[in-house]
Amino acid sequence: MTNHVAIVGAGLGGLRAAEQLRAAGHAGPITVVGAEPHMPYNRPPLSKELLAHELADAESAPGADADDLAVLHKQVAFRQRASVADVTFRLGVPVTAADLGAGSTGGELVLADGGTVRFDGLVAAAGLRPRHLDVPGPAGPGSGRHVLRTLDDCASLRAGLRAALAAARDQGSSAARDRSSPASGGTPRPGGRAAVAVEGLARPYVVVVGAGFVGCEVACTALSLGCDVTVVEPIGPPLIRVLGEQVAQAIQRAHERAGMSFVIGPGVIGYAGEDRVTGVVLADGTGALTSAGPTPAGAVLPADLVVEAIGSIPNTEWLDGNGLDLTDGVLCDNTLSAVTSGRPGAPVTVVGDLARFPNPLLDDVPRRVEHWSMPTDTARRAATTLHARMAGDQVDPNPFRPLPYFWSDQGELRLQSFGSPQLADDVVIAEGDLADLDQGLLATYHRGGRLVGSLAVNLPPSRYRELREALR
Amino acid sequence: MRIEVDFNVCADHGQRAIAAPDIFRIDDGHLVFDAAPGDELRADAEDAADACPEQAITILD
Repeated sequence: MTNHVAIVGAGLGGLRAAEQLRAAGHAGPITVVGAEPHMPYNRPPLSKELLAHELADAESAPGADADDLAVLHKQVAFRQRASVADVTFRLGVPVTAADLGAGSTGGELVLADGGTVRFDGLVAAAGLRPRHLDVPGPAGPGSGRHVLRTLDDCASLRAGLRAALAAARDQGSSAARDRSSPASGGTPRPGGRAAVAVEGLARPYVVVVGAGFVGCEVACTALSLGCDVTVVEPIGPPLIRVLGEQVAQAIQRAHERAGMSFVIGPGVIGYAGEDRVTGVVLADGTGALTSAGPTPAGAVLPADLVVEAIGSIPNTEWLDGNGLDLTDGVLCDNTLSAVTSGRPGAPVTVVGDLARFPNPLLDDVPRRVEHWSMPTDTARRAATTLHARMAGDQVDPNPFRPLPYFWSDQGELRLQSFGSPQLADDVVIAEGDLADLDQGLLATYHRGGRLVGSLAVNLPPSRYRELREALR
Repeated sequence: MRIEVDFNVCADHGQRAIAAPDIFRIDDGHLVFDAAPGDELRADAEDAADACPEQAITILD
């Protein structure tokens, strides 16, 4: 009997799952279903290189357009191993429902186009979708509000940034701009800064809501393109939830020295503007830790373009009704099998951002990990588990204990982290000076006296192995 | 097995030297690698290619 595997999600996790199923010995058919119309591609450049990318000479064929999705996709498409050449990709079709079945007949996916895919084993690798702010004001395409998750989001943001830069150049060549928003009754920009003019060029106002990884990286890219960038974050300085307050403040200062502004404390309560956003309306920020000083309630930050980078929602609705724990991603055991509470049905394993699994490297608490390295690490284990379960073999009993890893390139700062710094109760600056991150910094993160993570800022790659080994 | 590294996109994140230390290493701050390693290192090479954030590594045959 030839088992058919369905993989839901055609991103990094879906591709790696297909490759690793082949590596595990699965010779049967594999169907990958993806909501996006593109073959699997690499997302990290979407906030950095691809956002800033100009057409290289080689691509400047007549009629070529840097904003053409096919041209952009080519820059980031994953190469694929020869072993997956016979995999069927059904792209641009979201999965609306899954029935895991009850016996040996397998399960079935229902697709948005009405099609179905029968399967004997299922890999859930559907990833995340970005959260949107639910506040009054202009919304939808053309409103100047952006999120960044997909290639299409990136193309839209690229076009928006270029249009804003062009408009600012046009205006800057005439007169000084009065960018005070009518909705604020002429309230000056927090900090009292007037319209920005550098070397005679006016710069468009970009406001990034959210100071996590995506927010910080997009802010750095927009700054490098010549935008006036303000990051708004109600929780605290950038990356505080992952790296702790001390390091987060140092990162904020480094970005401020590079020319970025921060409004830390007040949240966003609305957008000014009719069809297009002209400003970001802030909640009461009196006493906030804002680089530009306290902001009164209702203050408006001028904005030509807004990027909402406020986190993500796991794509799991399609798995409803199968007895799985979908409270945050898909609850798995340590072998990455979805926990089914004893219900019969086709085996399901989970890959990447969706997988909420215990990692004995740390403790027995199941967690999701939204790092780029996780789809590759989890795909390997999820594939061997699924292959064994479909064959009725014993599942590999060795503990799965991947070491979390992330990097984030933000202007002159290169952050590399190993382990789980967000779980720490104590941070030690082991090397370097928080006031001068450019010169290199090592922070170690401890929980109950035990090392659980490390952060290297601008340290050379020759150091990474030792940092990794210390956590193993 | 032949290996190529696209240094136009390589950003020195150092992950391949961790995944495949017998093929890639950092020597005096610079990456050096074996462009034609033995086939027994194929799994390591594939891990390194997977782990590279810029996807700068190609395994040619």
